[in-house]
Amino acid sequence: MAALDELETAFHKARRDPAFHDTLNAYLRHYAGRPTPLYGATRLSRALGGLRIYLKREDLLHTGAHKINNTLGQALLAVRMGKRRLIAETGAGQHGVATATVAAHFGLQCDVFMGEKDTKRQALNVFRMQLLGARVIPVTSGTKTLKDACNEALRDWVTNVRTTYYCLGSVVGPHPYPLMVREFQSVIGKEARRQILQAEGRLPDALIACVGGGSNAMGLFHPFVKDRGVRMIGVEAGGTGLRPGEHAATLVKGTPGVLHGARSLVLQDRHGQILETRSIAAGLDYPGVGPEHAFYRQLGRARYAAVSDRLALEGCRLLARTEGIIPALEPAHAIGYLKQLANRLPKHSLVVLGLSGRGDKDVETIARALPDV
Amino acid sequence: MMLGTLKIREVFARLRQTHRKALIPFVMAGDPSLPATAQLIQALAGVGADCVEVGIPFSDPLADGPTIQRASSRALGTGVTPAAVLKMIARIKRRVAVPLILLSYWNPVVHYGSRRAACDPAPFLRDAARCGVSGLIVPDLPPDEADGLHDLGRRHGIATIFLAAPTSPAYRLRRIARASEGFIYYVSLTGTTGARRQLPPDWLHGVRELKLLTTKPVCVGFGISTPAHARAVGRVADGVIVGSALLNALEPFRNQRRRWLREAAAFLRGLRRAV
Repeated sequence: MAALDELETAFHKARRDPAFHDTLNAYLRHYAGRPTPLYGATRLSRALGGLRIYLKREDLLHTGAHKINNTLGQALLAVRMGKRRLIAETGAGQHGVATATVAAHFGLQCDVFMGEKDTKRQALNVFRMQLLGARVIPVTSGTKTLKDACNEALRDWVTNVRTTYYCLGSVVGPHPYPLMVREFQSVIGKEARRQILQAEGRLPDALIACVGGGSNAMGLFHPFVKDRGVRMIGVEAGGTGLRPGEHAATLVKGTPGVLHGARSLVLQDRHGQILETRSIAAGLDYPGVGPEHAFYRQLGRARYAAVSDRLALEGCRLLARTEGIIPALEPAHAIGYLKQLANRLPKHSLVVLGLSGRGDKDVETIARALPDV
Repeated sequence: MMLGTLKIREVFARLRQTHRKALIPFVMAGDPSLPATAQLIQALAGVGADCVEVGIPFSDPLADGPTIQRASSRALGTGVTPAAVLKMIARIKRRVAVPLILLSYWNPVVHYGSRRAACDPAPFLRDAARCGVSGLIVPDLPPDEADGLHDLGRRHGIATIFLAAPTSPAYRLRRIARASEGFIYYVSLTGTTGARRQLPPDWLHGVRELKLLTTKPVCVGFGISTPAHARAVGRVADGVIVGSALLNALEPFRNQRRRWLREAAAFLRGLRRAV
């Protein structure tokens, strides 16, 4: 708790410091490659008949996903706090790679916890982290996925708290993480808002993004929260079905509970034991979700849906074939939902989709799952 | 019926009068089975335990190292629920004179009873009190978030025991000391539970600081593994909590009930002589 107090104080101090923002903005621009394009996907739009879709191209960022927005911010904070070691949990490996990247850049030691199951299905990212000088620690406890990686990272943090900064990768975990990660990721929505106004002269009718813990969706949604006319749709992992243990659709099927120091919706049994999850996308394979998403759902401000592994794979192929963009399996869930969305929204509705990452890490998984590509 | 909080206070008052220190072993409910746990609690109370800490298994025991993680997952594998643990305690309460203190993570506590969706700890505390539980430790609930639990504990006579760590600054130690009933659980090291060869130097300074802030008893846990550790800690603190080292000593004999109980008694006697 003392460590969380210390982190909260440091974060609020940095937040008020113009020099911190100048440094962070310079890194985002010159190192990470911001602003990312807002690309009008006309061929995808035509294929879906009706919607006008723009893609917020976080996949073009350095390291291949939106995760670098957050790790740059947190690494700068760690340096300010005098911490010499970064630890992180990772599911798909994108947050791990983004953490290893900033650790290398700032000369910090880096250990990344990754479920053993995920080290196998995202082997490319394991190698990338190692190449960047990080140590990847396979986690063999529990379900051997993101939730357990999170447990181990927290256990390491309480052990080495004096020297170590825990760089959490999503809008989950104990306060101030959900707030802090939202702040660092909301650059996505701020840019998208400006860009769509410039391109179309108006706000979009809907935003859509995938939700695991929910950082890319929160980053896109939050700057639009007060724009009442803009619908928000979060798409979760429907796995192989919506029975317990077959999916990771926490906002669709979860109940209130406490996991990793946050009260939110959780996939759990009736005794409060956390359930196993399943998704083809390692980055969505998590039984909790950011508390602010649970709040949006409760308010009715955002709507959440689940998309199956199969639909996500089809979404992946659709984007590859129509636009020449291979998305990661995580945002492929959002693409997989577009057909249903087209039926719900009026014709020619303007939609911004958060394309959170690129698919290089997933090609092996996709090749196995889509033998008839 | 004596209220749990008073029962714990009485134990420490008695110990103080005789200049003795409390010895508190930890067991995981349902590992290998609930009837075995019931026997184990009675055996430990019989050889000098002053309180027994009983763990409710959880799928994600964040504060625990490998030993208790394994015990927890074995217990869950046998289908143990918080309700079954309470029933087991109710069955033995007349035969066990020492206070029983439950350790549970927060999520199973708030999902007990019929109002699960409300995340309400009240049914758990009510039933725990009825079953004869004296205290409750929730390692993932800081006192900052525990006003409701504290009030419920008072109402039902269950001591809410909070954890202080070597990294807790003075303002937090004060808050923890204020919120804790029965005793304060001082975590000897920065880290998770688990047997260690050596205790880090952290604990001594922390316990002394804490004892300057409060007259409540301070018990030290996490990492205490040998009679020598227990003796050193007992010189400064009011009690010693031993979990993983006991479970490690028992793990090989899980399938030989008599041997298992004998080993537990022998292990505790060794500590008792040291404290």
